[in-house]
Amino acid sequence: MAQTLDAVKTAGPATGPATPAERVARRKSLLNWIAVHALGVAAALFFVLPFVFLLLTSLMSDQQALTRDLWPHPFEWSNYRRVFETDGFLTWWRNTLLYAGLGTVLTVVSSLPVAYALAKFRFRGRHLSLMLVISMMMLPPQVVVIPMYLFWAKQLDMSGTLWPLIIPMAFGDAFSIFLLRQFLLTIPNEYLDAAKVDGCGELRTLLKVVVPMAKPGIAAVALFQFFYAWNDYFGPQIYASENPGAWTLSYGLDSFKSAHHTDWNLTMAATVLVMAPVILVFFFAQKAFVEGVTLTGVKG
Amino acid sequence: MSPWLIGFCVFFAYPLISTVYFSFTSYDGFTAPEFSGLKNWSYVFNDYPLFWPALRNTLWLVVVMVTCRVVFGLGVGLLITKIKTGTGVFRTLFYLPYLAPPVAATLGFVFLLNPGTGPVNSILGDLGLPTPGWFTDATWSKPALTALAVWGVGDLMVIFMAALLDVPKEQYEAAELDGATASQRFRFVTLPNISPIILFAVVTGIIQTMQYYTQPFVAGKVASGVMGGSGQQFEPGYPDKSTLTLPQVVYNLGFQRFDYGSACVVALVLFVLAMAFTALLMRRRSGLIQAGE
Repeated sequence: MAQTLDAVKTAGPATGPATPAERVARRKSLLNWIAVHALGVAAALFFVLPFVFLLLTSLMSDQQALTRDLWPHPFEWSNYRRVFETDGFLTWWRNTLLYAGLGTVLTVVSSLPVAYALAKFRFRGRHLSLMLVISMMMLPPQVVVIPMYLFWAKQLDMSGTLWPLIIPMAFGDAFSIFLLRQFLLTIPNEYLDAAKVDGCGELRTLLKVVVPMAKPGIAAVALFQFFYAWNDYFGPQIYASENPGAWTLSYGLDSFKSAHHTDWNLTMAATVLVMAPVILVFFFAQKAFVEGVTLTGVKG
Repeated sequence: MSPWLIGFCVFFAYPLISTVYFSFTSYDGFTAPEFSGLKNWSYVFNDYPLFWPALRNTLWLVVVMVTCRVVFGLGVGLLITKIKTGTGVFRTLFYLPYLAPPVAATLGFVFLLNPGTGPVNSILGDLGLPTPGWFTDATWSKPALTALAVWGVGDLMVIFMAALLDVPKEQYEAAELDGATASQRFRFVTLPNISPIILFAVVTGIIQTMQYYTQPFVAGKVASGVMGGSGQQFEPGYPDKSTLTLPQVVYNLGFQRFDYGSACVVALVLFVLAMAFTALLMRRRSGLIQAGE
């Protein structure tokens, strides 16, 4: 008896399929799994329920949105059509695409060469330039807004348009420069040297070697810039508020509430329509990121 | 480099110098600016009723909102590293609110938290809990903004997640061999390893709070419309100045009162605060900046 007990003890928990100690450990890890995933579900509810409530309310009738009901009855899909028929909504949509689309292209085209220079060239004042880029990145836009507004509105007479927001993007954006630089640092110098040995000038090296290798970084910067313009409220408020024909979705949206008084259902439908494109872009881009990363991995 | 240098001069250096210049002049945009010495400075600090409430609110938000976001972001990041089933789905769901455009998210929260018929108060009421006025009550408006900010914690979650996965596994194993409990492992292994990231999150959080504009502005504007009628100019920082922040003060002085000189004074206060924290960040993160030298 004693001998067999000793044998079991020395054999340890590894051999016996269900020693008590192992069973305890397994039950503990199962409990642990349940606790972690229950917490995960609770957190997921916190993050997702607001979206669910917005969607449900956007499908209620005017009257029902003012009650404490949580479930629409009946479903008023026509709310979405009514939002599109609201004066200006399509114009805001077009303006937003112009600001976000053109702005993103200009930002990437103008920021990439600067980022390349900061990452790969050795020149006097390189460190200082980088410090300035970071300072600009951290600067609240309100610090320089008064002279900027006076410059665009009083000297160039451009208030009431989105151009004071789009044109500066052709001169580089600090955040994009910084992010691209961080990405370009990861490109080995040997590739650039090889291109130069093959007789490429700086511009051709940039276009033929750096751009293809930096695609995921460029995609990330484009995405951030697109979201920035899509979400921007302060910029359109300063330059475009006087002219509803130049409003963007983000700026027009909060006037939607005042125009429709207590129509929470329509306001929520408009809110959903402003959120949806950003979330769709994210889902598509998420895949592009993964592909970009995989591609560079295969090639490297 | 050179187009950027032009951009730098036209959109940064020149306006910054102008801001300093305008802060010493009386200027309404119609008559020429006139030198007025320290008049604007004394007006903003002594007589303008919105400056100190805005600064106090910013301090409140730095202490409460930034802390809540960092703690919650770390918690959710930690949770994600522990979840073994459906990690991708959970991660996407946790991250999604961060992407919600601020105006849309704010409108959504003003609706969710509206005192009369909002879903949150309906549920709280059914549970027999108190139903605060949220965005319409000066005591509750900043907690409501904090809830909105915590909802969009996805950016911090991703940063913390990456940092947590970088903690060397051997250190956990060593701690476990020494008999450390889970909370001891967190205290003595996890925290020291990720403390630079926590500092980074806190400092960038403070800088973001200096710039905090869209959410409090839209919340105040929309919530005040719910209470009063439409048409009238809404009171900045509604309710009772409780959602005022420094950028809103710049907007109020410059674009509602057309007192450009005083607006520039506040802009410079904002500049000094933002640059002080940026300098702190650069000193601490010089490793990141100098990478690749």
